[in-house]
This record gives sequence, C-alpha cells and structure tokens, in this order.
Amino acid sequence: MNYALALEGLEAEFYSIVMARPYAGMSSEENHVLRDIRDHEIVHREFFRAALGAKAIPQLEYNFSTVNFNDRTSVLTTAMTFEDLGVAAYNGAGSNIKDPNILTLAGKIVSVEARHAAAIRDLLYPLTDAFSPAALDGSEGHRGVL
Amino acid sequence: MVPKAIAEFSEKLDHTSPAKSTAEIYLPNLMNDQPLFSTIEPDVQCKLASRRDTLNSLLKLGGVALTAPIVLATLSQQAYGSSMSPGVISVLRFALLLERLEHEFYEKGLKAPGRIPSQHRAVFERIKKSEGEHVALLGAATGRLINNDEFNFTAGGRFPDVFSDYKTFLALSQCFEDTGVRAYKGQTTNLMPVGLLLTIALKIHSVEARHASEVRRIRVEKGWITASSRGSLPPFCQPIYNGDGLTTQAGVNLAGIGGTPAVPRAKHLMNP
Repeated sequence: MNYALALEGLEAEFYSIVMARPYAGMSSEENHVLRDIRDHEIVHREFFRAALGAKAIPQLEYNFSTVNFNDRTSVLTTAMTFEDLGVAAYNGAGSNIKDPNILTLAGKIVSVEARHAAAIRDLLYPLTDAFSPAALDGSEGHRGVL
Repeated sequence: MVPKAIAEFSEKLDHTSPAKSTAEIYLPNLMNDQPLFSTIEPDVQCKLASRRDTLNSLLKLGGVALTAPIVLATLSQQAYGSSMSPGVISVLRFALLLERLEHEFYEKGLKAPGRIPSQHRAVFERIKKSEGEHVALLGAATGRLINNDEFNFTAGGRFPDVFSDYKTFLALSQCFEDTGVRAYKGQTTNLMPVGLLLTIALKIHSVEARHASEVRRIRVEKGWITASSRGSLPPFCQPIYNGDGLTTQAGVNLAGIGGTPAVPRAKHLMNP
C-alpha cells in the first residue's frame, strides 16, 4: 500500500501543479478533465495515507523537471504516461495481494485510473483508437514501475 | 424486457456476492427473458481433463509478456489442468458470455449501414476488436467452442431502434461497458487461487474501463461515474450504478478529502 501511496502521491502532486499553473490555451473540457483527475488522485493518496496510518511513508518529493508545464503536449503526454503506468502497476500488483478486501479496493481504484488514461489519450488523439490501444492492458511489477 | 433484464443483470454483478456456479448465473436473454445459459451452457465439467502441470508451469513464467496470443496458445493446451476449479471456470464462462454479448453488439452496430457516424467508427472498431480478442481468449481458457448463438438486443421488439437510433446504441454501449467494469471487478476475488487468471482478468477489467470512459465522453458524460448517478441514461439503467456513491472505503471516510466539505469529488473516485 505504501507503493500505491507513492504512485498516487506522484499523480496528485503532478495534477496539482497542472491546475495551479494551467498551460496556455487549456480548453474548458481539458480544465474539467484535469481538475477531476487531480481531485481523484488527491483522494486516492489521502485514502492510502489514512489506511496506512503510522505505517505510511513520509511525503515524498517528486522531480518534474522534465515536464514543461506551459506546454499542452508535455503535460498531457506526461499525464498519459502516469495513468498508463498506474493501470499497469495496479494490474501487476493484483496477484500479490493476499487480502480479498484490498484486492477489491485496488480494483476500484485501477478502473478509475484506466478511465483517466482513456480520457487523457482522447484529449491527445481525439476519436482515434488511442484511448485503448490493446485488448489487454499492461501489468508491471515494482521493478518495471519504479 | 430491458428494464427488468438489466436490473437483474446488474444485481448478479454485486461484487460482494460469492461466485455462483454457471448453472446458477441467470443472465437475462434480452430477447425473451429466458436464461442465456439454456442456449449456451456446454458440458464443460465433462471435458475437464487432468493435466496437472499445465497452468502451474505457466504461472512460473515470470517476466514473460502476457500478450493475448501467448496466453491463448498456452491456455488452449493447458486450461484443463486441476488448478482450474469449477468455481474459477464458472467465472471465466461468465466473463465469456459478457464479452460475447458485447462483441456481437458492436459488430451489429458497425454493420448497420450509416448508423455509427464516420467520426466515431474508429472508436467502436477498436472496442469491437478488443471484445473479440477477449472472446477468443476466454473461449480458449474455458475450452469452449465459439458458437453462433445470436443475442437479440431489441428486447423482444420493445426497443427496435437499438441499431437504427444512434443515441439508443450509445446508451446501451455505456450500460454494457460500465457493467463490464463492475462484473470483472466483482469476480477478481474468486480468481485469487489462480494468479495468472487473476492478472488476465485485471488486464481485461481496465480495458473495459477505458471503453466505458470513451463511450461516456462521446455521450457528453464524464468518463467516470459521479456518485451513483446514471447521468442521462434512462431510469431502467439505474441498478448498474446503485452503490456507486459509497464514500467510506475500507473504514476510511473519503468525503471532504481535498480541502472542501463533502463534495461530489469524493464520491466518484472509486468504481463500485
């Protein structure tokens, strides 16, 4: 769960910056989508922090120096990478989860991440097949993600 | 009768329910309210072979990319191993039925002349292709031949416009995709004994969520579900979304997280 907390923290921080400093020409729809995603990721992060309690890792510092927050393509491409990665990370972790309740919970989160991924991809490549590029999504272990 | 059918359909997907045997899973036949399994239930129990080394050996293939062709090829030879309990097979066959329903729905929609506007065809071609691959994968995993049973999507003529009115088509599409997400999610815990199959189910589950997001956005809805709102869908679709408004998950109250009082934002962060 600390692994999930780290990932959700990364996403929450990223979208918070995006919404604090919207790139030039951000459309109303993009604004709504990105704002919703920011709110989701913050709740995911706080959920894991609350569930972990004293076992939670401290707030991490993330380095976004490769992201140009003024540039739509840079922001949305980074968002796409994070969302696809989040989906693959939860999918990869599933078979290692021993507690059915946690597995169900992870399932509830990963499908929201996948909905985000499709929406971001559609903003980048509207009404193409990009929203869902394969019949099976990825699954990554810790090493592939971190 | 679509309203009743979808209501029953959705109720069977409650993720807190234990897996039902295939015989018990009563899915509505949208044509005549008959159990679909009366037409497609094969004798899978009789076909169970006892090749023990099978799935277990596949499970040891850490690091191998689980592409559909690899899984398909492996499972088609090995799916009858002892690790496939009847409960697990039931789940797979339940998923297969859902995927067949979806695949046929999109195939018919795409074939209806001029029905899906050209600017949306790439999306639905993609969805149909994925559902077709899911059908092939699950068909192989369950040792089931794909037959040509036809689903009737007009609910005995009550909704004759499903393939002639694009709005109806889109609404049903959203129903199927949001239902598919719930269905896979609800079955994940039943697949815990077979890690490989659980992973495959999760990989399909998130693809269904991508489909749902795209179709919802084409319908000018948010890609995600807000509380338990069905949005602009007709009332008979409501059971699909019941229970979505939970704001307490695993004992943590999520409402209000993010600095504002209990707001809708906390309600649609997790799918049911």
